[in-house]
Amino acid sequence: MLRRTLVTLLSRTLLLLVVSIVAHAVVHLAPGEPSEVDPANPRMKPEDVALIRAAFHLDDPVHLQYAYWMRDLVTGELRSFKDGQPVLAKIGERFVNSLPLFLCATALIWTLSFPTGIHAALRRGRLVDRASTVVAYAFISVPSFVFAYLLILVVVDTLQVPVVGMRTFGLQAESTWQQAMDRLWHLALPSIMSALVGIAVLSRYVRSQMVEVLHQDYVRTAHAKGLPGDVVAYRHALRNALLPAITMFGLLLPNLIGGSVIVEQIFAWPGIGRLGYEAILARDYPVILTLNLFAAALTIAGTLVADLLYAAADPRVRER
Amino acid sequence: MTARLARSATWQALRGDPAAMAGLAVLAVLVLVALAGKLATDVSGLLDPAEVRLVDKLRPPMSQPSTALEPDLRPPLGRYVLGTDDLGRDVFARMLQGSVVSLSIGFVAMAISVAVGVALGALAGFYGRRRLGPVTVDALIMRFTDVMLCFPSFFLVLTVIALLPPSIYYIMAVLGLTGWMGIARFVRAELLSLREREFVLAARACGIPERRIVTVHLLPNAVGPVLVTATITVATAILTESALSFLGFGVQPPDATWGNILADGRAYIFDAPWLFFIPGSAIFAVVLAFNLVGEGLREASDPRLRRR
Repeated sequence: MLRRTLVTLLSRTLLLLVVSIVAHAVVHLAPGEPSEVDPANPRMKPEDVALIRAAFHLDDPVHLQYAYWMRDLVTGELRSFKDGQPVLAKIGERFVNSLPLFLCATALIWTLSFPTGIHAALRRGRLVDRASTVVAYAFISVPSFVFAYLLILVVVDTLQVPVVGMRTFGLQAESTWQQAMDRLWHLALPSIMSALVGIAVLSRYVRSQMVEVLHQDYVRTAHAKGLPGDVVAYRHALRNALLPAITMFGLLLPNLIGGSVIVEQIFAWPGIGRLGYEAILARDYPVILTLNLFAAALTIAGTLVADLLYAAADPRVRER
Repeated sequence: MTARLARSATWQALRGDPAAMAGLAVLAVLVLVALAGKLATDVSGLLDPAEVRLVDKLRPPMSQPSTALEPDLRPPLGRYVLGTDDLGRDVFARMLQGSVVSLSIGFVAMAISVAVGVALGALAGFYGRRRLGPVTVDALIMRFTDVMLCFPSFFLVLTVIALLPPSIYYIMAVLGLTGWMGIARFVRAELLSLREREFVLAARACGIPERRIVTVHLLPNAVGPVLVTATITVATAILTESALSFLGFGVQPPDATWGNILADGRAYIFDAPWLFFIPGSAIFAVVLAFNLVGEGLREASDPRLRRR
């Protein structure tokens, strides 16, 4: 068990290294330079451009630039092209902002998907099942910003609550309780928006797993020996249907991070999605690259956790 | 012969699925609309989506053009069927032109994904045991697939699109090159089990070259799952294009896509709601149709899931 975990860890680290090389190559081989962000600015003389290029090692060959990036990243010396701030501190600060969003969205996804999926599978082909299929696909199909705008309009009109940003300004004097409620209201809509697609995808997945298990021979046997329907569904079928869903944990994470670009943009949430968007606009290579690597590392950690959970839950996997 | 039988059984199962049939109907209408749109805008020049009429800006749907408008600028249908935008451009003409562009983005991106996915999947599945130096072909390709799956896809797409010069072809290529991983995995899994079967041995014994065994005898067996994923890939590509437009990196004007009509229209959500809701519901309906057809195909092509 220990040896297997070590081997997995090593191979994931290797994977991360390859990801960093690919990301670096993609960003640096694409045309366009950070020094060209503002070509119309008359104050940018060729000498200044040359200075910038030298300062950021942009004239060195790509593999050397990769080495510089890795060295600075490891020593914590990596600085943003845009404002010279340390990249790791920048990302850390934004990640702390995004974390409640990710946690709430993940909690929503994992608590709402299972009841919906199981319910649909048990009533397969009936109205509940068809309706939940159409609703799930509606969530997957609607452009997220369209839905967000509609949601904002409805919620602000009916509930009169603040939704944009992380908190309302000028509430610092109010009680802790009011501030906390304010934070929660601000958190609600963005988390729901981030969770929607995940809920739809995962509930469909749970449903299809459950449907497949319900067709197994042992389920028929359980029915045949006269067990009540609930016992068959929840004790015999559900346990086996739950297992593959664990792997979805690693697959939903990159979508959450990628999707945060749009959600955080709409709700003016100062998280890593917006940091990425701002960095892309400014061609801030160190931030873009480190953010990509950070997201990939989170994804790999997610799949790793999923694998370990899977092994813990399924003795057949553990013993192989 | 069996393939044909299975296909007809699939078709029978699909016919029993009202959601999938509704989706198919929407897609059929959409293709007709796109063809008509191509004829009306680009080919005949009857409707000009780029025509600016500043006197008639932000007219609601079905409104008459103002009398101040020069006669040759009047919409050929006598009314602005879907209203006009902030520059007085005919939204109906723009939506028609956009249907062609949006659909071609979806289909070209899908075609690239399928081509790359099938090629890599077939290589890994059938020739996987060959060695390239210390690693097998299979390990090489599948680890690369893992690497691609690690990237948060939308963030990667956004990064690359933002760095490249704005062009619709780059958008198609990037969407296609970031969406092939699922297909490659399916095809590989299918070929891994198929290559051990007797009919492959028989084909080898008959002296049929390997390339022909893969393309003629093995790959057609993987059509089902590839078709399902391809349908959903078109939907995803159209949706991603609209998200890119929202962030300002989509297809650049004057080319209209549903995504950039929508992105431009959101500033007028209170004053001219049709600019937001018409492209929004069009994208929603079409993406939903593709997804429902994909889901229907998945259920219909899997005999284990068919209702007994």
